Parts: sequence; C-alpha cells; structure tokens
Amino acid sequence: MAEFTDALFSIFFVETLINGLLLGGVLALLSLGLNLVFGVVDVVWICYAEIIMLGMYTIYFLHVDAGIPVIIAAGCGIAVTTILGLLVHRIVIHYLLDAAPINQLLATGGLLFFLQGSAMVAFGIEFRNLGVSLGSLIVSEDIYLSWTRILCFVLAAGSVGVLYVFLSRSYLGAAIRAISQDREIMPLMGVDTKKLYLLTSAIGGALAGLAAALLALQYDVHPFIGLSFGPITFMICVMGGLGNMVGGFLAAFIFSELITIGGYFADLEWGYVLAFVVFIATMFVRPEGLFARKS
Amino acid sequence: MLEVTGLTKHFGGFTAVNNVDFNLDKGEILGLIGPNGSGKSTIFNMLSGTLVPNAGSVRLNGREIGGAPPHKICRMGVGRTFQIPRPIRRLSILENAALAGYYGHSGVATREEAWRNAAEGLALVGLPTDPYSTVDTLGAAGLKKLELAKALATKPDLLLADESLGGLDHSEMDQAADMLRNIREELGVTIIWVEHIMGVLMRVVDRVMVLDHGEKIAEGKPQDVAADPKVIEVYLGSDADEVAAAAAR
Repeated sequence: MAEFTDALFSIFFVETLINGLLLGGVLALLSLGLNLVFGVVDVVWICYAEIIMLGMYTIYFLHVDAGIPVIIAAGCGIAVTTILGLLVHRIVIHYLLDAAPINQLLATGGLLFFLQGSAMVAFGIEFRNLGVSLGSLIVSEDIYLSWTRILCFVLAAGSVGVLYVFLSRSYLGAAIRAISQDREIMPLMGVDTKKLYLLTSAIGGALAGLAAALLALQYDVHPFIGLSFGPITFMICVMGGLGNMVGGFLAAFIFSELITIGGYFADLEWGYVLAFVVFIATMFVRPEGLFARKS
Repeated sequence: MLEVTGLTKHFGGFTAVNNVDFNLDKGEILGLIGPNGSGKSTIFNMLSGTLVPNAGSVRLNGREIGGAPPHKICRMGVGRTFQIPRPIRRLSILENAALAGYYGHSGVATREEAWRNAAEGLALVGLPTDPYSTVDTLGAAGLKKLELAKALATKPDLLLADESLGGLDHSEMDQAADMLRNIREELGVTIIWVEHIMGVLMRVVDRVMVLDHGEKIAEGKPQDVAADPKVIEVYLGSDADEVAAAAAR
C-alpha cells in the first residue's frame, strides 16, 4: 500500500498524466474524423485507419525518397487522404447509403483489407521511419515531454476548435449538424445532401491526413499500422456516443489516461487491458456511449 | 401556376395514385381531402420530390418539376410542412428557419437574406425571432408554426401544408387556419392543404379535391363538394351536414 501511495504522489505520475493528456490529443483527432463521417453520412468507415496509413506512406515517400520538406510532404499527405475520402464515398458509400448497416460494415471492412493488402503488395512489409525528431521539452530534471506529442496535442486541439467554429458558425456547418439529426427533411429545405456527404467525406479524409502527419512523426509506417489505431479509434467513438464529436473528444482523453496510468503502475499492455475493461463495462452500463445525446 | 396531368404512382402491384389531373391558379388555396390511404400523402411526396412519379407531369410556373430531386424542387419554389413536425432540435428556432432561408430559395441566398427570410417567416406565424429561443420551448402549436415558418423561409410559390391542425385545440385551429389565409393574402403564396378537420378546412379553401383509392372522385367549390353524394358516401358520412354548413359560411 505504501508503495502504491509513493507511486501516486511521485513526480513521474504527474509526467504520466501529462503524457496521457498529450496522447489523448492524437486519439481525439483520430476519433474526430470517424465521428464526423458517421454523424453525417451514417456509415462507419471501418477502413479509416487504413486511409491514415496511406497518408503516412505518402508523407514518408515524399520526404524520405523525394527529399521534399516534411511540412510540404504533410500537406501533400493531407491532400491525398482528402481525395481518398472523396473516392471512398463516391465509389463505395454512395451506393450503400440506404443499405442495411451490416452491408455497409462489410463493404468498408472489405475496403480495409483491400487497402491493407494493396499496401503490402506495393510497399512491402518493412517498417519505415520518417527519421524526423523534434526532441523533448525538459520541464524539470525528471520530466521530459516529447515535442512531437506536444505538437500533436496542439494541432489536434486546434483542429477540434476550427471544426467547432465551422460547424457552429457557418450555414454549411449548421446543415451538417442538422443532417446528422434528420437526413430526410434537409432536401425539402433546399439542401443538396449528396454535396454535403461529399464535403463531409472530404473533411473526414483531411482529418485522417492530419492524423497521418502527426502519427508519422511518432511511429513507423507499415501496412498493418491501421490495426494499431483502427480498433481503438472505433472504441473511443463508441464510448463517446457514435457520431457525437464532443463525446468522442472527451472519451479519447479518458482512454488515453487509462492507458498511460495502467502503463505507469504495470506494463503498457496492462494499460490497454485496463482501458478495454473500462470500455466493456461502459457498454454494459451505457451501451449508447457515455456522452450520447438523448434522441 | 401549377399544372398536374396524369400523375400516377405504383408501389409494386398497388396503385397509390392513378392518373390524377388538377390545376392551381396563383394565390389559390386547394383543399386535398380523402380517407386514409386515398393517395394524399403520395401526391404531396411526388410534388415535393421525395417520390418519383411513374407517369404524368407536374409543371410549376411553366417548368417541369416532376421527378426532380427534392432540393431542386424546393429551390424552384415548393415548400412543405409535415403532419408530425420535424424541427432540427440541435438548432435554435431562428437557426431552423434560417437554414431553410439560406438553402431554400434558389440556393444562392446571402447570410443576411437568410436571416431576413427566416425572420419574416417566423414573424408571420408569431414565433420569436431572437437567436436564443430553443425548439424545446415550443408546444404542439408552436412546432406546427415552426413547420410553417421553415417552409415560408424557403420563399415558396407553392406551399404544401400537411395536416396543419392535427393535435391543436379549437382556438389554435382557428388561428392556424387564419394563418394560412394570411400567408396567401400577404405573400401571394399558392397553397395545397391536406386536412382531416373538415369544418375548418371548408371555411378557408377556395376549392376542394377529393381522392379515393388513388383516384380523383370530386373537385369543386367547398359547398358543392360537401353536397356531392359520392363524397358523402366515401368520406364525409355522418359529418356531411356539419361540413356543408361550414362550407356555406
């Protein structure tokens, strides 16, 4: 017990909490795109993390092989995933809008394996590193915070802020919020829902590209990187209330703190176990998610 | 301003609307009545674009709108209300109407025009035009008014009013009926009104069209239709005298 109390009041625990917060920023960004698309188009992009993977490859090849500065490569990565978002909607989702949810899941799940397999054939299975390090912020003798994680947190929080302003202050944003509640009424108010779906898919793709740029700074890219982030992103969205962007944002921080605190007291893997146990318990108590709106 | 010819809709082997013709002049109010399942909603759905006709033509101000997608039909000048109000609860009352005002009328409104369209629609039905009032503060009558305000904010030439009196008490019904008359008189909007409460409808409309099993069985002035034996047989029944008295007023 004394050992636990010592650990709890240790300076390293504070570092753990801050790292959890920073990890939460990236997870929040990941969940934002998926939630936005689900909230508006009503289809879960199970292949969302694979779009991020292709964005990471784009950034890697442009920066490492073509020698393009990493900022420009990141911009190109975002452009590529934006186009991919549009294509996923136009080629797959568009034809499944009125299909049963299971068919939509199977289709986007099939796309996941298609993208994963294609990446494996095209790029091989080796792990590739961008080789960019931003160093660490030395807070005190004992606390080091990764600049990459701080950057990720700031950009994720900034994206959430920009998206919030867009959704709450513009007519397009109001239409997006409205269509997530009643998709049948909007055309009768003059809204072209097809264009709105395309725009939302493009924004979802762009957010995947931004996540790709931030993940490429911290993780190796390989064809299966999506498996590391896809399931956890989906669980965050479900825990926050699928389609609820604010809920997903908050759930990302709950998840990230559980992972890092679990990792602090045991191994990182136990941190994931703790987070998943809490997720499962949440599903028993509030299957609609912690922050689901009353309908 | 509206010419409907040969309008037909099948659902599999079932014919919901069969070869229906009617015309409307600008500023006219047409009552569309008939028993449940007679095809009134199907006609509304075809006029507003949520259903594509199997045959026939719908021309609004000389332009064919039959079969066009609903957002285009709305932008060409058709506004619609619903029997069960469908407000966007995440948005305020003003935002609900402003969204319709922004996208509805030809889809090119400016931000200021949208607010103006919304404020005009809300003021006409007597709802608050401040940006803070929420939909949750509205009762049954308020929600019906919001339906009308949203449709009016699209600046329609033709308004499709679907059972605007359902769920209202007697004084609210009279207010709603007066409101439809005001909309016609102040804005010059042409109205098709589906309603089951005949006593009120007959006092307001210029003309009545009666449907049964997807076919038009009568059309004419309210007092003539109320006295039509076929209409009495299939729809009015024991209420015929009361309806005829209302039509004569």
